[in-house]
Amino acid sequence: MKKKNLAARLLAGAMCLSLLAGCSSTGGTPASGAPSQGAQESQPAQNDNQGGQTAGGTFKLGGIGPLTTDTAIYGKAAMNGAQIAVDEINALGGAIQFELQAEDDQADPELGVNAYHKLLDDGAQIIVGSVTSGSGIAVSAETFKDRVFTLTPSGSSVDVIDGKDNVFQVCFTDPNQGTGSADYISENLPGAKVAVIYRNDDAYSQGIRDTFVAEADAKGMSIVYQGTFTKDTQTDFSVQLAGAQNAGADVLFLPIYYQPASVILAQAAAMSYAPTFFGVDGMDGILTMEGFDTKLAEGVMLLTPFSADAEDERTQNFVKKYNELHGETPNQFAADGYDAVYVIYEAIQAAGCTAGMSAADICEALVKAMTTISVDGLTGQGMTWKASGEVSKAPMAVVIKDGVYVTP
Amino acid sequence: MRKLTQKIRGLKKTTKVDFATYLGVILAFIAVTLLGRFGLLNRSLTGMLVPICAYIVMAVSLNLTVGILGELSLGHAGFMSVGAFSGVIAAQSLQGAIPSAPVRLAVAILVGAVFAAAAGFIVGVPVLRLRGDYLAIVTLAFGEIIKELINCLLVGYDSRGLHMAFNVSGSLTINDLGLEPDGMAIIKGAQGATGTTTIATFTAGFILIMITLVIVLNLVRSRAGRAIMALRDNRIAAESVGINVTKYKLMAFVTSASLAGAAGALYGLNYSNLAASKFSFDTSILVLVYVVLGGLGNMWGSIIAAAVLYILPEALREFADYRMLVYAVVLILVMLATNNDQLKALAGRILPKRKGAADNG
Repeated sequence: MKKKNLAARLLAGAMCLSLLAGCSSTGGTPASGAPSQGAQESQPAQNDNQGGQTAGGTFKLGGIGPLTTDTAIYGKAAMNGAQIAVDEINALGGAIQFELQAEDDQADPELGVNAYHKLLDDGAQIIVGSVTSGSGIAVSAETFKDRVFTLTPSGSSVDVIDGKDNVFQVCFTDPNQGTGSADYISENLPGAKVAVIYRNDDAYSQGIRDTFVAEADAKGMSIVYQGTFTKDTQTDFSVQLAGAQNAGADVLFLPIYYQPASVILAQAAAMSYAPTFFGVDGMDGILTMEGFDTKLAEGVMLLTPFSADAEDERTQNFVKKYNELHGETPNQFAADGYDAVYVIYEAIQAAGCTAGMSAADICEALVKAMTTISVDGLTGQGMTWKASGEVSKAPMAVVIKDGVYVTP
Repeated sequence: MRKLTQKIRGLKKTTKVDFATYLGVILAFIAVTLLGRFGLLNRSLTGMLVPICAYIVMAVSLNLTVGILGELSLGHAGFMSVGAFSGVIAAQSLQGAIPSAPVRLAVAILVGAVFAAAAGFIVGVPVLRLRGDYLAIVTLAFGEIIKELINCLLVGYDSRGLHMAFNVSGSLTINDLGLEPDGMAIIKGAQGATGTTTIATFTAGFILIMITLVIVLNLVRSRAGRAIMALRDNRIAAESVGINVTKYKLMAFVTSASLAGAAGALYGLNYSNLAASKFSFDTSILVLVYVVLGGLGNMWGSIIAAAVLYILPEALREFADYRMLVYAVVLILVMLATNNDQLKALAGRILPKRKGAADNG
């Protein structure tokens, strides 16, 4: 009996060792990948000799986003969207080819920085990320130091781009979302009594709420109730909802992620309180949430630059492709990720970068090119960028009807 | 030479283990620095050095509470949080007064340690009169309270000095501080500290580990340390010989808290963005895992466990989605392996001295 036990332990030990061996071999992978990287680099060098400033070669993109934990839906969507764009561009067979490597950061600044270093080890030249703001602020500080060009699909906080000339955004900044929402409500729902429920330990939620309230005050809107919650209290909203109901609010502004929003919708329905719910881009994704009854989201309005039901051909192709590959309708983050790759593609063409250039040289060239290009993407036509890194595009409000987004 | 060997032989076993611990840390530092100099370290590992140092200090300081004092603390991340945010405030607002980054970092770490010690004292005085599970519950609550308090904290700095506000109603923003145009926001409530100038370095981390070890190991081997361990082993017997329970418990607990604060300041100044939600219950448990796997009361064990267990999930990135699953399996296997009598006996046979050291250390 004892011997058997010992044998079992030894086996367990051996498994443990083999796992450790597994990680040492992971350390070897980048090294073994390096020669092939070098081979790729020599190719554009030849191009360089022939054509001077023609852009070309295989660029390695490093994607950073939450691929696990509760915000995984954003990171996965953005990276899936980016991968589709990469595949499309590679299929064109042009001089510019991409390779995308996505790393998980669990929306945590510490892990985001770790993921960033890992990507650079693996030869990434351009960073697509971070998908979330919290991690994005820390990562962009590092990329600024190292001079690596960074384009975040959806890191919407101003602090992500603040003071860093090499960081650009595909999405709106939080202040723009807050102001945009307030403008939209004051124009389209005049005289509304507005209640706000937001998460006060989250940079994203607090940021939008701050600018929303400021703009609402400027427009003379009446905000009758403000309720807060935190990460730990996002499972019950009966107090906040009762507060909003008692204050007579008929518009409920929810600058929060879709998960707590789904609880709010369910609880509001249970207490038969039916104001107009108004969300921002974090609300996007609610329709694909597992176990959520989409009937509850009927009539919810949200400010999002992307609607999967848009009529244009590109959106429809993208939605079809995404559906085939991942079995669900893409949300705005997927479109942001997709656009990010195309923006980089356009910028590389404009700047005439080759994959043989160092990350720092690519960065300087792209930074100059970014303010000159105009890109038609899924999340906006004629997107242009300011030197600060902010994008200019038109916001769009949609309303959920029969489980899909439609423009009101 | 022979005299030296004789002298070393004549030392107590615990002293030998202590010196071996110092030596191990110094050698590791030299090795890593040299590897870095010659460009043999990859960026991943270089980027992880400072957080590893911070977590090592966290683990050693928590080991003082859990292993030496024998009290279960589930809110150690709370002290780290106090240290991190006070350290960040100090470093950011002293940018003009102290241009030298290393000096500013040292001051910030000191400020973090002092504030965390104060928090430890405030929590410790009532709490250390509780026994067993109650202390765990109160420290758990403390960690959560600190998180909520920092979520309400608004701090800015301009030429007139430091401005602070408590955003209890949830309706204030950083603009309500009335900063001058050239002022800067240091902590923006829930958004945490953003735009921090990152000044933490590996060398600073190494020095902090050495200071921590000197403090903790000397405390443990001193008269006070023996009193603390006597309390852990049998409180009634210790009281009967006249040991002042509250005094010694408080001594260990406050020391532990201040070191956690110092680790927090180092950690906080390594990232340009820091939110209070980082220092949650999960982080407390993470550090506790380092301590338990390294061995209760075993300082070098905590150091190794913190370093290895921090690198492990990063090294497992190749497993993609299964990373955390593999990490958990490895943790369970390490636990089984380190608590296995047969393996211990085997190790004892190969390294006869090590066994005694492990038992005493």
